[in-house]
Amino acid sequence: MTSDSHLEKMLEQGEFAVTSECGPPRGADAEVIKKKGALLKGTVDAINVTDNQTSVVRMSSFSSCVLLTQIGLEATLQMVTRDRNRIAIQSDILGAAALGINNILCLSGDHQKFGDHSTAKNVYDIDSIHLIQTVKHMRDEGKFLGGEELKGIPKLFIGAAANPFADPFESRVVRLAKKVAAGVQFIQTQCIFNLERFAEWMEQVRDRGLHEKVHILGGVTPMKSVGMANYMKNMVPGMDVPDALIARIKGVEKDKRAEEGVKIAVETIQQLKEMEGVHGVHIMAIEWEEMVPRIAEEAGLLPRPQIA
Amino acid sequence: MVIGEGKPIKEILAMIEDRSKILLAGCRGCVTVCCAGGEKEVGILSSAISLARQNQGKALEIKEVTLERQCDPEYLEEIRSIVDDYEAILSIACGAGVQFLAETYRTTPIYPGINTNFIGVTQEQGVWAERCQSCGDCKLHLTGGICPITRCAKSLLNGPCGGSSTGKCEVDPETDCGWQMIYDRFKELGCLEQLEVIIPITDWTTSRDGGPRKIVREDLKL
Repeated sequence: MTSDSHLEKMLEQGEFAVTSECGPPRGADAEVIKKKGALLKGTVDAINVTDNQTSVVRMSSFSSCVLLTQIGLEATLQMVTRDRNRIAIQSDILGAAALGINNILCLSGDHQKFGDHSTAKNVYDIDSIHLIQTVKHMRDEGKFLGGEELKGIPKLFIGAAANPFADPFESRVVRLAKKVAAGVQFIQTQCIFNLERFAEWMEQVRDRGLHEKVHILGGVTPMKSVGMANYMKNMVPGMDVPDALIARIKGVEKDKRAEEGVKIAVETIQQLKEMEGVHGVHIMAIEWEEMVPRIAEEAGLLPRPQIA
Repeated sequence: MVIGEGKPIKEILAMIEDRSKILLAGCRGCVTVCCAGGEKEVGILSSAISLARQNQGKALEIKEVTLERQCDPEYLEEIRSIVDDYEAILSIACGAGVQFLAETYRTTPIYPGINTNFIGVTQEQGVWAERCQSCGDCKLHLTGGICPITRCAKSLLNGPCGGSSTGKCEVDPETDCGWQMIYDRFKELGCLEQLEVIIPITDWTTSRDGGPRKIVREDLKL
């Protein structure tokens, strides 16, 4: 074990892990994140908190993770390199570990163009692969990037994202291999709507033996409506939503479409469970956190195994 | 070369609002090639300003000059004898030229008439595109001759990010994804294995982050 992470323990013991995520509030109300967290209690092994996703300013991932930790939940700190340089990043890594956060997800982040402060300057002192290296260096070498010794090691379980659906497709597994070489321990993938393409990517992952070096958690998002499916297909870069899936949701009555979305998510999880090298699922129910327990239940993921 | 583009006339008129006699200085260097600050643009801008000021009923005397280069001290000397006859200089050279004029003529206010945008190339007639961010530590040998610092919107050194879609950047569907281009180039060169190499964390001290940069070549000094 490289950390005190419950998620790491689950994965290392060969359990099929379940994670989910919360978007923090656009304000200083701690109750919002606590309520979202409470909805997920007992359903998931760890909860990611997004870091100003789509570059829209929200309560920090760091403080939201602390709030979740305070109510007994295991949090995964998402950290993007868009907004901080290596000085701030290392400082936040130390603070996060000191405040009981055990997992970190290393990301480059959405470009600020998409957010509500599009005139901002971005940082990108380092990229997401460098961030993985940074956490690993601090944890395993006990040193800052600058070379000085740390007093107190940040024992974090290191994660990153992978998008099997972005282009060029042939480069996607290479990028995963680079993340593995950098020291990533778990991967949460982009939302999987095209299972065929995901399976193709997993085959490449297995061909390179990467599935034995990193725990891959498949990303699952329930669609609430046809509008949401179309939005994901057309407006979110690097998202692969097949027309057949949209047609399936369209094919049922309007008031049953959310139900159909949940059904598709459950089926997706069931197929992912059968895929060699997939060690868990990451359920991203966007502003629909209350649906996660039901999806987990119907997919046969509950109760969560109690491990020592 | 350095690529620039004229500032909106309104912005320029606001800068020189209180002036009645100015020197309008162009440059025969990069900004002539990119049609932003050469002799021709001096003439066009001068006419536009004069016309606008006439309409405002506030006549303005403009002396048009175009220096060989505004980034070399000897050429700045060309206007020394006349500078004091004018209240201000409006320079349409790049930002380096504007600043060098300000350093040289310390009691004359200097105004920038163009925006300096980037170091780039003429892609086709009337189209210029950025190629270099002058980071001071060229990595082009690692990336197939395509600069990820410049051509990736996030300056990722180990891309492509998850927003690369059908060869385009998530930031703008008109912009090519830098890492798709690097990938294609590696493929053409038959060296896709280079994509596997992790380019390490950058030392930005050679870039702007190290403070204003200066090169001293003792072998060339007089």
